[in-house]
Amino acid sequence: MAAYPRTTEATGVLGWIDERFPLLETWKAHMSEYYAPKNFNVWYYFGVLAMLVLVIQIVSGIFLTMHYKPDAELAFASVEYIMRDVPGGWFIRYMHSTGASAFFIVVYFHMFRGIMYGSYKGKRELVWLIGMALYLALMAEAFMGYMLPWGQMSFWGAQVIINLFQTIPVVGDGLSIWIRGDFVISDPTLNRLFAFHVAAVPLILVALVFVHIVALHTVGSNNPDGVEIKAIKDDKGIPLDGIPFHPYYTVHDIPAIVVFLMAFFAIIFFAPEMGGYFLEHANFEPANPLKTPKHIAPVWYFTPFYTVLRAVTLSPFMGTLAMFGAIIMLFLLPWLDRNPIKSWRYRNTAHMLNLAIFAAVFMILGYLGVKAVTPEYKELGVRMTEIYFLFFAVIFAHSKSENPGRYLIWFLVLAAAIIGIDFWRYNPDDAVSAGQIMWQWVWPIGYLALTLLLPLFLRGCNAEKTVPERVTS
Amino acid sequence: MSNSIRKWIFVLTVPVLVVGILGMMGGGAGHGVTLQSANVNFDDKASLQRGAKYYQNYCSGCHSLRFSRFNRVAKDIGLNAENGFSDDDVTTLLNENLIFIRGEDGKKVKVGSLMKTAYNPKAAAEAFGASVPDLSLVGRSRGADWIYSYLNGFYLDPSRPTGMNNTVFKDVGMPHVLGNLQGWQTLDHNKGDEHHGAPKLSLSKPGSMTGAEYDKLTRDITNFLAYVSEPAQLSRKMYGIFTLLFLMVLFGFAYALSKEYWKDIH
Amino acid sequence: MSDSDSNTVNKGRRRMLIAATSVVGAVGTAAFATPLLISWMPSERAKAAGAPVEVNVSKVEPGQLLRVIWRGKPIWVVKRTDQMIADLPKNSALLVDPESAVATQQPDYAQNEGRARKPDMLVLIGICTHLGCSPTYRPELAPADLGANWKGGWYCPCHGSRFDLAGRVFKNVPAPTNLVVPPHFYKSDDVILIGEDGGAA
Repeated sequence: MAAYPRTTEATGVLGWIDERFPLLETWKAHMSEYYAPKNFNVWYYFGVLAMLVLVIQIVSGIFLTMHYKPDAELAFASVEYIMRDVPGGWFIRYMHSTGASAFFIVVYFHMFRGIMYGSYKGKRELVWLIGMALYLALMAEAFMGYMLPWGQMSFWGAQVIINLFQTIPVVGDGLSIWIRGDFVISDPTLNRLFAFHVAAVPLILVALVFVHIVALHTVGSNNPDGVEIKAIKDDKGIPLDGIPFHPYYTVHDIPAIVVFLMAFFAIIFFAPEMGGYFLEHANFEPANPLKTPKHIAPVWYFTPFYTVLRAVTLSPFMGTLAMFGAIIMLFLLPWLDRNPIKSWRYRNTAHMLNLAIFAAVFMILGYLGVKAVTPEYKELGVRMTEIYFLFFAVIFAHSKSENPGRYLIWFLVLAAAIIGIDFWRYNPDDAVSAGQIMWQWVWPIGYLALTLLLPLFLRGCNAEKTVPERVTS
Repeated sequence: MSNSIRKWIFVLTVPVLVVGILGMMGGGAGHGVTLQSANVNFDDKASLQRGAKYYQNYCSGCHSLRFSRFNRVAKDIGLNAENGFSDDDVTTLLNENLIFIRGEDGKKVKVGSLMKTAYNPKAAAEAFGASVPDLSLVGRSRGADWIYSYLNGFYLDPSRPTGMNNTVFKDVGMPHVLGNLQGWQTLDHNKGDEHHGAPKLSLSKPGSMTGAEYDKLTRDITNFLAYVSEPAQLSRKMYGIFTLLFLMVLFGFAYALSKEYWKDIH
Repeated sequence: MSDSDSNTVNKGRRRMLIAATSVVGAVGTAAFATPLLISWMPSERAKAAGAPVEVNVSKVEPGQLLRVIWRGKPIWVVKRTDQMIADLPKNSALLVDPESAVATQQPDYAQNEGRARKPDMLVLIGICTHLGCSPTYRPELAPADLGANWKGGWYCPCHGSRFDLAGRVFKNVPAPTNLVVPPHFYKSDDVILIGEDGGAA
């Protein structure tokens, strides 16, 4: 920081401002002299796209708020009023509803990028934690927003989510009534969640995005090679593999933004319901507290965690804990994955398989969440939930590859835990479930075999590579 | 292994696992009856106009379209300046063909009014044992194919208070309003028919319309209701094409700009 | 990046591409902003509520004022007596715009002495042209509070503006212009439609 009076190289209006506010300094620190690795690939677009979607949501949301009525009697009709009577209203509403789903698509890619390239490593734990907090805030924001149209899915979705709090022992009943402001979901619930949706949570989101970026720019961006570019600098102190964010990445991001907007507007104009996944059919019926829709499923971006909730049948509270536990595990990732190599490019093949299976399991969990529960799907949900949690143990086991013998111990312990749970779950009187347990154990055991036994017996699958000093390509 | 092979393993593992595991599970059999395709076509303005007229004559007595306005409907189904109708023509046409409800002053409601029903909803609920639903959004909540199948799915069932049942809406409270036009169908009970495949209906007593005429009528009503559920769908695709064309141009410049700057980077 | 590049950089091409991308991008942003901004225009509901209003004037007594609402504003329909019509020219010297020269304050067909389609039937928007209060109807002659010259008209309680029985504003009051005559026409001898000019008329 320059001492008073500030000196500046700028003149004119810019100089006038710069004497009073660190405008050029900020611009340099975060744009024109922020050195980002030159080897970013397509996965690195999703951060800027998430910011773009946030802006779209805020702008379209502000305009929707001008026409929407947060009142249980009027809410549903006011949404249809926006769709039909307000000039351009349908476009604003579709932007907002499509934006909600787009936000999660972009954020899931962004998060998986972080896992692939180990972007939570090298003093980037806080960047990851803030990002996870953002993800939680985003889920809260999306849930509350989904309630506002006051259709059948809004009502029954809110009913289920708020009843999660009821499962908490002792305080649950009082807590859920306090949250609702009534004995059922009703007008006060809608009104307070509206306040959160349009004011409180957006403020938190914007603040967290700001902090997320400040934290990132303090440490510097990771890259697909997981090389710390600040390690090798030229005589001016500029990283050899770094390029100024502006203009290189700003001009680089614009075509990507345009491609994203093409997909975004194609959905808005040609398939705003996206086959019932972005706007659910049942939500075109007004909320009716006396009639649950035949098939109820959360919006797609919540369904992986919804399946976890359904899979744990020990007690409702345990189900709730498992669901939140599934999210909390992601927070802990920087302390579970202790391997010094960041990018999966230089990790062993077993690690790569582990990540690929995790991605697949997350999608299968999501798919199961929109499907009705059959015995097969019920058991598959349990097994995929097991793999979801095993992933965090395996990524911990992969932290050290020098001693593959440890993999065997890990395999035995984890497989024993799975089989132990199976013994406990097995009930010969319930032939259908028992039959499913008897064959679907192959999923978690097979997963453990692929990620732990394979590198033990097949040396090539345990080989790690030397991380280069400079970024590649 | 080289990175590119590993990349491909990754790219292929995820979908293979997802599709493979879910495919192996087979999943639950499709539930509910198969619906007949309604083949809606919003470019067929004559069909929309007939549909609107039929709807107002046969349905609007009980079912409101409480989010829809007469003048907006008129404009969208082709009664507009583009087709040579002046405002006065539209008002006259609407009053002759579509507007049957009257306001508190006893006069026909204005052309900008919402398409509510004359029937008191409470009286309707008592008469049919269930509240009569508003149909503004039935095209989105249930879908056009469902509406079409429903209108064609009434059959005689002496066990029901109305004497009628429906193949896609079991134990429906609504009487078969169009029965005199369609005639009266019976359900041919074959083993297991309730569970899969389209139930077979046969006409036991013909109505005033031939099968083809009735089919056209229900398609027109379905077309109209599908339109009413989302009036924006008439125009949004056109905006979509312009938007995408525009973005392609923008992409061309942006991509060239990016390429130009990245010449610096080696 | 190496410094030697800066010599070979085609600065003209960069400037051209920046300009082109910016211009096209700005057009896109403007197109994007359009639906947001037009959402502030009156909705179909507001337009339906603001639809023309029919008034049956067959039962209005001479000298009586009938109030109806059009687009949420009070509309006055006054049947002027012969005496009132005869008194109108007497105010001329005291008025700001006796000839109704300000075209925005009335449709062409009301740009006459009585500011009306029919001399006895005056239709006005009952909103003061000063700051939007609704003036009080004072048809009586020379009341104590309005002075001996008062020949009937409107007095605005907010800031004291005065208008005669054709809605014309007096000099030396805050209101700058005459009261507005809304578009209207006679559907029949007794029925006035307020809100439309009536086609060819």
